[in-house]
Amino acid sequence: MTDEALHRQLADTWYNPAGLVGRLSIVDHKVIARRYIVTAFTFFSIAGVLAALMRLQLAFPDNHFLTADQYNQFFTVHGTAMMFLFAVPVMEAMGVYLVPIMIGTRAIAFPRLNAYSYYVYLFGGVMLFTALFVNSGPDVGWFSYVPLAGPDFGPGKRPDFWAQLITFTEVAGLAVAVELAATILKTRAPGMTVSRIPLFVWAMLVMAFMVIFAMPSVVLSSTFLLLDRLVGTQFYNPAEGGDALLWQHLFWFFGHPEVYIIFVPALGMVSSIIATFTGRPIFGYPAMVSSLVATGFIGFGLWVHHMFATGLPQLGLTYFTAASMIISIPSGVQIFCWIVSLWRGQPRYATPLLFVLGFVAIFVLGGLTGVTLASTPFDLQVHDTYYVVAHFHYVLLGGAVFPLIGGVYFWFPKMTGRMLDERLGKWNFWIFFIGFNTTFFPQHLLGLHGMPRRVYTYPASSGWGTLNLISTAGAMLLAMGGLLLLFNVLRSVRRGAVAPADPWGGEGLEWTVPSPPPAYNFLHVPVVEGRSGNWDRRGNEAPPVVTGIKADCREVLITTVTAAEADHKTIYPDPSIWPFLCSVVTSAFFIGSIFTPWALPVAIPPLAITLIGWFWPKRSDRSTQCDLANNRLEPLRGEA
Amino acid sequence: MTTRAAIDVAELPDHAFGPRGLIWWGTVGFMVIEGSMFVIAIVVYFYLRLKVHQWPPSLPDPFIGIATANLALVLLSCIPNMLAKRAAERYDAPGARLWLAVLTVIGVVNLVLRGLEYTQLNCRWGDNAYASITWVLLSMHTIHVATDVVDSAVLLALVSLQPVTNRRFVDLSENSLYWYFIVAWWIPIYLIIFLAPRWL
Repeated sequence: MTDEALHRQLADTWYNPAGLVGRLSIVDHKVIARRYIVTAFTFFSIAGVLAALMRLQLAFPDNHFLTADQYNQFFTVHGTAMMFLFAVPVMEAMGVYLVPIMIGTRAIAFPRLNAYSYYVYLFGGVMLFTALFVNSGPDVGWFSYVPLAGPDFGPGKRPDFWAQLITFTEVAGLAVAVELAATILKTRAPGMTVSRIPLFVWAMLVMAFMVIFAMPSVVLSSTFLLLDRLVGTQFYNPAEGGDALLWQHLFWFFGHPEVYIIFVPALGMVSSIIATFTGRPIFGYPAMVSSLVATGFIGFGLWVHHMFATGLPQLGLTYFTAASMIISIPSGVQIFCWIVSLWRGQPRYATPLLFVLGFVAIFVLGGLTGVTLASTPFDLQVHDTYYVVAHFHYVLLGGAVFPLIGGVYFWFPKMTGRMLDERLGKWNFWIFFIGFNTTFFPQHLLGLHGMPRRVYTYPASSGWGTLNLISTAGAMLLAMGGLLLLFNVLRSVRRGAVAPADPWGGEGLEWTVPSPPPAYNFLHVPVVEGRSGNWDRRGNEAPPVVTGIKADCREVLITTVTAAEADHKTIYPDPSIWPFLCSVVTSAFFIGSIFTPWALPVAIPPLAITLIGWFWPKRSDRSTQCDLANNRLEPLRGEA
Repeated sequence: MTTRAAIDVAELPDHAFGPRGLIWWGTVGFMVIEGSMFVIAIVVYFYLRLKVHQWPPSLPDPFIGIATANLALVLLSCIPNMLAKRAAERYDAPGARLWLAVLTVIGVVNLVLRGLEYTQLNCRWGDNAYASITWVLLSMHTIHVATDVVDSAVLLALVSLQPVTNRRFVDLSENSLYWYFIVAWWIPIYLIIFLAPRWL
């Protein structure tokens, strides 16, 4: 078959349906990931506007631009949305888009589950912001401590919207984690042994495992909270044998790994970008991989450092201080490997690399304040002050958002087939970098001067006015940076320079496929011969490929876990509307259960129907026909 | 673009049982997630135990009769489950159907007994934190049993109404794997809900 004929056949097999129902049925990982990314950035923008409004409120002492109640809702929804609706989903979405084209496969594992997860996530986000707009936004902080969030002190439905938002996002997050882990472990192109997996993909694998082990804790804790509030269980009620600190343990057992769930994928992006823009593979691959894995493990041993002020036994706190300091070692190893890579290579200072360099500077500062906070006596002094706010914005914005925006500039051409404007990109970086530091650096000082977080105003006599004004000015600059990015994206989607398959001279396999990639990703599934999929092919007139994968079926090659040897083939499902319908029922159930426990029995029949519709093979589906055709080759055993 | 055919996979099989296959990894992924939830719920149980002097706090112990009978039934169900799994892996469609049908019936009996178990707890979920975690632990497991019974029933209908392809045999095999998971968790949860109040 000629390449042209193969392309036509594959495009027909892996088609993405059109029309409204068709679009809601699409299971292509790239389309779903693009929707995830656009949705996540939309939520990011709304949460960013809330932040800007809070900064305006705090610009002057004794200000009454916002009421205390509005302020409470804004900071809660800001934090909740940034963590649950932006940071985790956007990182997972980058993995959903990039992992299959980095490891040489035609699709993500469990594509219908992937589509389902997106809709559940979308509906969860819409619910949270709708609640805010009708003045029912949660107002007890993004970690929703009891007893403030419990039935006695949190009247109305505000904390319930928070608790159910957690359910929405965790269902979506867990589904994607399983898909990514299965995809990475079982569908890598032949030859991509574990010691050849790209660092970005390693990061995604570590993140997926962290999600799988961390998120169950917050699913349970938020369910307990909802049950306490809805049907009168007593989990967090000390008067009936419950315990308020139980909430903090369960929340932070998830909440601290959560920070690394956000941060680890960003590390993968940094490695991809540095390798490409220095023109050589990252120094110290084994050390880099070990550091990622070590971070994944140590991240689970730190949660109590969020609880130093709760009166837990001293000996226990000492352990958590030590663990909190130990985790800076794998981060340090990676930073040094990147510095060596930059040192030995010839860096090209394009926008993605600028964002990465900004990340290194900011993250090192955030890491240093992290080491100070790991010390219990110091932590007690600055607990709940702006010092902590400054610290976690340095590590989260610096550690995750800077690499992410670098990643957007880096992979935008791959995803859209258009280049982002470089000149605007450089402006974007400098405005963002200066705006960020102007906003958050003064907050360290405010914290040391004793300004508590989560107060909607402060008296002029406190002397905090000037630093707050500077911080607000920085926030406006940061917002301008965000708008510039939005402008650049909107303009480039339509009028940007057309991107070739490999605009940057990139390292990985993703640069061997067209920009944007066709629905089936790879015309010929590659055979991998080294760590740098694209660079390894240089000078090779005829790169090695796999043959014998059917083009008229959604057939995917399954390989072994460590050696990535071809093992067998499997058939992926066709597009289907059922995952969308199932997500609608799921969402109705989650929202209904905020108001009545009867939502559960009412939801079971439609949930069962949509799930059966999802799994029941349709005769018209190509996957059903291919499955039957495979079996016709040899008569059905046992039936004969 | 010129390419070189390095590996030909045309003759490779279209399915594989166990850890070689993708379905196994998906199933195990969710087993790990749900297993983590069970572990955390059990940790919560013992954490709450440490907060009070008496256990159960001012409530009678649960009755153990029905729950113990259900435990015996669940353990016995491992035999048809094993036979169903073996039949599937031998591509024996009638055998797989038979044992899956037996399993589904056992699952239904299991659920009826489970309904009665709630009456044997001697507490209601809102009485105190002990009662809350007891109800939640039992319900978490019940949801798993109910899900698997429905799942088995649907699979039984599928393999009765449509040709049983190789991939369906894989589904049958992994369905049995999931049932083992549910059985395995019932042992510690039974011990905790029904016997721990007597021992602690």
